[in-house]
Amino acid sequence: MSIKKYAVAIRDVIAEEMRSDSSIFVMGEDIGPQGGIFGCTRGLLDEFGENRIIDTPISEAGFTGVGIGAALTGMRPIIEFMYMDFTYEAMDQILNQAAKLRYMYGGKATLPLVIRGQQGIGRGNAGTHSQSVEAFFTHIPGLKVVQPSGARDAAGLLRTAIRDNNPIMFFEHKALYANSEEVPDDTDFSIPFGVADVKREGGDVTIIATSLMVGRALEAADILAKDSIQAEVVDPRTILPLDMDTINASVRKTGRAVVVHEAHKTNGVGAEIASRIMEDSFKYLDAPVTRLGAKACTLPFNLVLENAVVPGVDDIVAAVQNISYR
Amino acid sequence: MDKKTILKVYETMLTIRKFEECALKLFEENKLRGSVHLSIGQEAVPAATGTFLRDEDYITSTHRGHGHAIAKGARVDLAMAELMGKTTGYCGGRGGSMHIAEVEKGNLGANAIVGAGIPHATGAALSARIRGTDQVAVTYFGDGASNEGIFHETLNMASLWNLPVVFICENNQFGLSTPQSKACSVKDIAVRAGAYDMPGEVVDGNDVFAVEKAFLKAVKRAKEGKGPTLLEMKTYRWKGHWTGDPEVYRTREEVEAWKKKCPILRLEKHMVDKGVMSTAEIANKHKEVDGVIRKAEEFALTSPEPDPATVLDNVYFGEVN
Ligand SMILES: Cc1ncc(C[n+]2csc(CCOP(=O)(O)OP(=O)(O)O)c2C)c(N)n1
Repeated sequence: MSIKKYAVAIRDVIAEEMRSDSSIFVMGEDIGPQGGIFGCTRGLLDEFGENRIIDTPISEAGFTGVGIGAALTGMRPIIEFMYMDFTYEAMDQILNQAAKLRYMYGGKATLPLVIRGQQGIGRGNAGTHSQSVEAFFTHIPGLKVVQPSGARDAAGLLRTAIRDNNPIMFFEHKALYANSEEVPDDTDFSIPFGVADVKREGGDVTIIATSLMVGRALEAADILAKDSIQAEVVDPRTILPLDMDTINASVRKTGRAVVVHEAHKTNGVGAEIASRIMEDSFKYLDAPVTRLGAKACTLPFNLVLENAVVPGVDDIVAAVQNISYR
Repeated sequence: MDKKTILKVYETMLTIRKFEECALKLFEENKLRGSVHLSIGQEAVPAATGTFLRDEDYITSTHRGHGHAIAKGARVDLAMAELMGKTTGYCGGRGGSMHIAEVEKGNLGANAIVGAGIPHATGAALSARIRGTDQVAVTYFGDGASNEGIFHETLNMASLWNLPVVFICENNQFGLSTPQSKACSVKDIAVRAGAYDMPGEVVDGNDVFAVEKAFLKAVKRAKEGKGPTLLEMKTYRWKGHWTGDPEVYRTREEVEAWKKKCPILRLEKHMVDKGVMSTAEIANKHKEVDGVIRKAEEFALTSPEPDPATVLDNVYFGEVN
């Protein structure tokens, strides 16, 4: 085990995988000498050279398409998006091409491709650089969508992503990069997709949280415990595939559920999770499933306002208390 | 071109023409659905380029892509079955006319999104470069596609990185109903190469010899590590944009004038003049290709529809829990 920051855990897995598989290369903006603006490729140019650590022009659609062509022809590209908000520039290549080519070409095309980068609040980057955009990519079949909430999960899930033969959307969080955690040193350490992690056990209510919200849910659970409410915190880790077995098992035990994500509440992944809980576990529920997500406005620049838009610890506590009636 | 090569190019053109005439007939008989984009009149471009590629070289193509697939070696029976959405088709009926692909033979696929295949070929070229092979990638696209941002982004990267890719713009004068003059800031799309510091050349796209010459030069340049080339093949689409196009945007006279420049008739005349083939041999070749297409049609018509129980196959590689 080593204590690693989330960003370092990501960089180390990329390097380890590149050492053992020469078909892996990394492409993106300012990832060479700069090492990525969040340091996730720091030092990789020195070790792997310009042929495998490729600084691209600011051409998101173009280099995503180039990555697809490379993946179709035997390579395993990792594409770094400086901000996942910029995937909007490349939506055709991601949603119409990467997600669909295998299906449309009758199963004969294989696309081992990882698109990764950070998103979310925390730096006052305003509306076009602070969003959480994962839901878009869960709507079109063909992609897998990953959201690690800590360094250990980031390492294990990224290794699985790199070794997977499908296009993967890997959503890091800018406010998590500096968080440290113990990460196994084993260069085969991986976490399978579609396996949720129960981050805290409890019998009274289930809080299903993703990414940055996992930490807030755990804080909320500590506060609720003082009020004699034991919350179970479930982190799906991958929202596609989604581990409904673990979520259902928890909800059937507690009878109550709050789903919380940083992305907009309206048509967010929480809507999918909540309705699937109701489809699968309705008769076990003692209260309606509650969703928490960003308010329906553009993420504001001002940090006080930014915090007012996304769910805070207090909001989670209040939501749980609201459904904890007897 | 030696005699054998000329015959190969000729047969490829004839196969594309008759394949598409058959597709049109099937469409008119209501046996084939969706939208079918015919490249009748444009056959010299795929025939005098694709014929010169090896299996390991790559192509990407467009909504008007039957010719590119056939010239790269696609089987007409499997292609016709795909046009009819049959289970025996190249994509098992999942892709249709606009998505014929055969990845293992270097056809990385036709694409129904204008311009979307351009970066895929360029990525294949990047992959060849990283793997250290001498493979070449070719991407076909229309005049309309050269107004898409991704065309410009990709040409910039291909030139910046000196990639072994040949950009082939088939300028058939229209993007759907819009003439090139109403959509392009430039008269010759080839000049757009200059913006990316790569050679650009205007070619008579109805002359197989001109197409071959320009293409082989571009392939040589790519293989020598000197980077990409943009070739603009001036040609003309005889049929509507797709089956059912009212064609309000041009006159019959204009179409008839271009029919006189038919690339197939032109090569036949050349072959007779030079003694490569006699008129009788040409007539026989037509009959032979007619027979091949008839068999393909029969194969497609008698192939089974896909089983709805398989509709979820191949969304992902492997099982997804
Ligand atoms: C991104 C996108 N925009 C528009 C269309 C609709 N469309 C299909 S083909 C076409 C014209 C394309 O013109 P060009 O690239 O010149 O090719 P051509 O049809 O002449 O072969 C249009 C507008 C599309 N399929 N994709």
